[in-house]
Amino acid sequence: MAAHLSYGRVNLNILREAARKELREFLDKCAGSKAIVWDEYLTGPFGLIAQYSLLKEHEVEKMFTLKPGRLPAADVKNIIFFVRPKLELMDIIADNVASEDKLRTPRDFHVLFVPRRSLLCEQRLKEKGVLGSLINVDEYILDLIPYDGDLLSMESESAFRECYLENDQTSLYHTAKGLMTLQALYGTIPQIFGKGECARHVANMMLRMKREFAGCQTQILPVFDTLLLLDRNVDLLTPLATQLTYEGLIDEIYSINNGYVKLPPEKFAQKKQGEGEKDLPTEPKKLQLNSAEELYAEIRDKNFNAVGAALSKKAKIISAAFEERHNAKTVGEIKQFVSQLPHMQAARTSLANHTSVAELIKDITTSDAFFDNLTVEQEFMTGVDTDKANTYIEDCIARKDPLIKILRLVCMQSVCNNGLKQKVLDFYKREILQTYGFQHILTLNNLEKAGLLKLQTATRNNYPTIRKTLKLWMEDANEQVASHQFYVLQKAEYVPVCRPTSTGQQGENRITLVFFLGGVTYAEIAALRFLSQMEDGGTEYVIATTKLINGTSFIKSLMERLEVPP
Amino acid sequence: MMMRSKPDEDDYWNSSKFRAFTFDDDDDEFSTLKESKRAVNSIVVDDDDDDDEDDVEKVSWSGEPVGSISWSIKETASSVHVGGQDHGFPKIDSTPSLPRQGSGYSLSSLFKGRPKSGSIQAISESFPDVPSRSFAPELRKPKAEYKDYSDWSPEETVRRMQRGKAYSFETFRSLKDKMLLLDEAVHANDGNVITAVLIFLKKSLSKEILSRELTSREIALRHYIHYLKEMGEQKSLVELLKSLGRTEDMALLQYKEHLNIKDEVRKKEYLKACIGLPFSPEDASHVQDHYTLLERQIIIEANDKQAENKVEVFKKHPRKASILNMPIITTLYYSCFYHYGEPEGTFSSPANIRSTFKISEKQYFLTVLGARAKLKEWFDVDRLFTAKNWFGYTKKKSPIGFHRVVDILQKNNAPVQVLQEYVSLVEDTEQKISLAQKYKCHDIVIDTYKDLKDRQQLIIYQGKVERNSPEDRKIQDLLNNTQIRWKN
Repeated sequence: MAAHLSYGRVNLNILREAARKELREFLDKCAGSKAIVWDEYLTGPFGLIAQYSLLKEHEVEKMFTLKPGRLPAADVKNIIFFVRPKLELMDIIADNVASEDKLRTPRDFHVLFVPRRSLLCEQRLKEKGVLGSLINVDEYILDLIPYDGDLLSMESESAFRECYLENDQTSLYHTAKGLMTLQALYGTIPQIFGKGECARHVANMMLRMKREFAGCQTQILPVFDTLLLLDRNVDLLTPLATQLTYEGLIDEIYSINNGYVKLPPEKFAQKKQGEGEKDLPTEPKKLQLNSAEELYAEIRDKNFNAVGAALSKKAKIISAAFEERHNAKTVGEIKQFVSQLPHMQAARTSLANHTSVAELIKDITTSDAFFDNLTVEQEFMTGVDTDKANTYIEDCIARKDPLIKILRLVCMQSVCNNGLKQKVLDFYKREILQTYGFQHILTLNNLEKAGLLKLQTATRNNYPTIRKTLKLWMEDANEQVASHQFYVLQKAEYVPVCRPTSTGQQGENRITLVFFLGGVTYAEIAALRFLSQMEDGGTEYVIATTKLINGTSFIKSLMERLEVPP
Repeated sequence: MMMRSKPDEDDYWNSSKFRAFTFDDDDDEFSTLKESKRAVNSIVVDDDDDDDEDDVEKVSWSGEPVGSISWSIKETASSVHVGGQDHGFPKIDSTPSLPRQGSGYSLSSLFKGRPKSGSIQAISESFPDVPSRSFAPELRKPKAEYKDYSDWSPEETVRRMQRGKAYSFETFRSLKDKMLLLDEAVHANDGNVITAVLIFLKKSLSKEILSRELTSREIALRHYIHYLKEMGEQKSLVELLKSLGRTEDMALLQYKEHLNIKDEVRKKEYLKACIGLPFSPEDASHVQDHYTLLERQIIIEANDKQAENKVEVFKKHPRKASILNMPIITTLYYSCFYHYGEPEGTFSSPANIRSTFKISEKQYFLTVLGARAKLKEWFDVDRLFTAKNWFGYTKKKSPIGFHRVVDILQKNNAPVQVLQEYVSLVEDTEQKISLAQKYKCHDIVIDTYKDLKDRQQLIIYQGKVERNSPEDRKIQDLLNNTQIRWKN
């Protein structure tokens, strides 16, 4: 199921295996039959580690989602709660445990915190009077989850918020821990580079941890040559811009979660020969997206404009392959053909799926709304009129477009202009508060604290200068030329400021682990993959991050949570 | 497309990078999509049961991959499958297909300084009531290990906490010892440990001393603030922020509290009390507005409840929701819908709302237009754009482009006569023609082509209108008119 994790230069399946072993050990600690009660959020990340079959082999007979009230009947010895350390979840556990039927055979309760235990949560359980009823409270350390052959994520959505809004650097501590685990499996990384405050912090913690664990150093030859720690705060612009790679657009429009995407089903209705119109499916179509799928690995990082051509090329190859059967005359040839059939059929399914996905995306990217939005983004990035209130943003507010979209654009303008003039900032704030409600004062304040929205200080806007000196903007990027995909992250694109400069070395490629603290976008990953593939680059990149993000999820993580607790 | 005028900007738009992303219908890149779709559909496979052969992941009816955890929750939780459901789970090979390098490690054992042994488990099984691991000491104190704590240093205590081992805070009695412990926890960077120590300090120190000590310990302080937030200890938090001089944060925090108040009168009073808080000047004016808005909404709501069964507009268009707690623009829309034409002196009149909350001209026009068009009050729409100049002549003026006016009117099913008037006001000729064609404002199309002396386009358009219709005849008359000097 996870063969793709070992396709890359670094076999990330080792990490997955270590996590699975840990999980088995925990399950075996609770002897006898068991039911797992899941914090629903965790099923996604866990899906990247284990399937139900693994749990079943260790006597997990039932699984439920965590919700208040009485637990469903299940004739098992153990009930295990798999939860994130969140106070509101503790209240639900307490409710579950307290409503347990006293007349039935008692069941043993366990709590497994993922990815870390929390003394605060344990205190809450104690206050609620259920800690005593718990046989075991443990933690399942799941810091770095292998996502793909060259990608690791901690799936910690609030890392950036915690660091820059709440000034809580615990997520960095977990990052350092996760990197230590990684080094224990893949050898100590000899070189560490970093950019930004958080990077420095993580590097310091790693050095300290290294000293503390000096006794149990592994003697493994280092797999990674270099670790590059990048603080998201160094480049706030890239995540705000709309991603224009195939994978980036899927994420922007439908949002990829734990390697899966849910799509509207209409375009996936299969018509088989001889059948009339079938009822259209109503459930969303769920697709898994990773490099295990050959076609997807080929097109994911391309600019969307190049995807159509790639799909059609693939279609021709597959059609030709199926035509081969007419040429198969001898038994041997037929046998040969048949043996290839499963692979060909998988390829056909994959082609059909991605053709449908591309059609769905095309519907969006060809719309006026998408074009207008992109136009404005590019005006900002090229420094056109960034110091004035933008008419398009004003119109979007008047149309009551989603608030996140507005905030994303306003923040982008602010970043590109190195802050907004008082008059402009006041205008946006007023329009937003009048249209979406005053309670958003809190969110606006958060964005200011995080530096995404700010007042222009006396110094001049220096982004245009930086843009010119660092050649961040490629004027003549040709989107169709495959070897230039990197330069086409955005329509006419902006190369992330944090672009590492690779120093080519002779002989075998060096491997650099690039860790984005505070999140990374698919477009940035595509850029690094492009660098990996450059023949004279001399360096291959494995990417790690606290969370895979896009502009929408990034802004959302910084918004003030306004829903009133029930 | 956005309209641009300066020539250098034209160059800008025509440079290669922008052209490359056009998605015209005849654009080659995406006609290829159709091609690959056709190819997919044309490949016929004799094998009906092709799913079985796929080494692609199996997917259940709901679209979840079979065997995935989230899929299995639904399956195992449903009682329909009781008995024999074991066969329902397809066997998915979970053994790794790869050499298990390094699989002898487990993540936590790497850092616990010792291999995981079965001894802990053995204990917990033989004494099911005694937990094998203890947690915060105030939660549980395993007696057996208890004495050993006595001479543990702050370092040792923090290290044990980090590794989930038993520990105690009891030896930390003096303020100095407590602060050494806190500093050590902060030094370890583990928020969990820092918070645990802070909980201990909160219980064992007075508020004043704790907040004094935290002033010089920025990191611990942030964690403490975060902790109080998480626990919902609003009062302690406000006090703390105040004593630290972080007054703006305190003000915002107190403002946020209004969200928890359900009763609108109490909420209004609460907001009123917030006005005096030390906000930044801009935020202060917003909070003032928020209070004023809710105050007005309460008055309007009370009046309109009375009016519901009496006044025509309410009977014809019953209110779907209360206006309480709605944003300003929504309130303005509501007022334009139900209270249009009221004198400016009344709270519920659009004019009053506009001036009280300094609503921009554009927003005001759009909102009025939306509301009156919704009610099909075309006369009001007309008056909205009519401005009298000094000499008494009337002229249509709009702070928003007339193409947008047309758009809004059309969405509200305005009749052609009404649409026509605004289409004719669109400044850009091309845009005007395309809008006129789209909404079948024949006269405008015909007159514009006539003004442009464009006979060819007129002939083409004649082909699009119904034969012998008035517009057909009008075109014919023009074409027959020998007075016109056509350009083509």
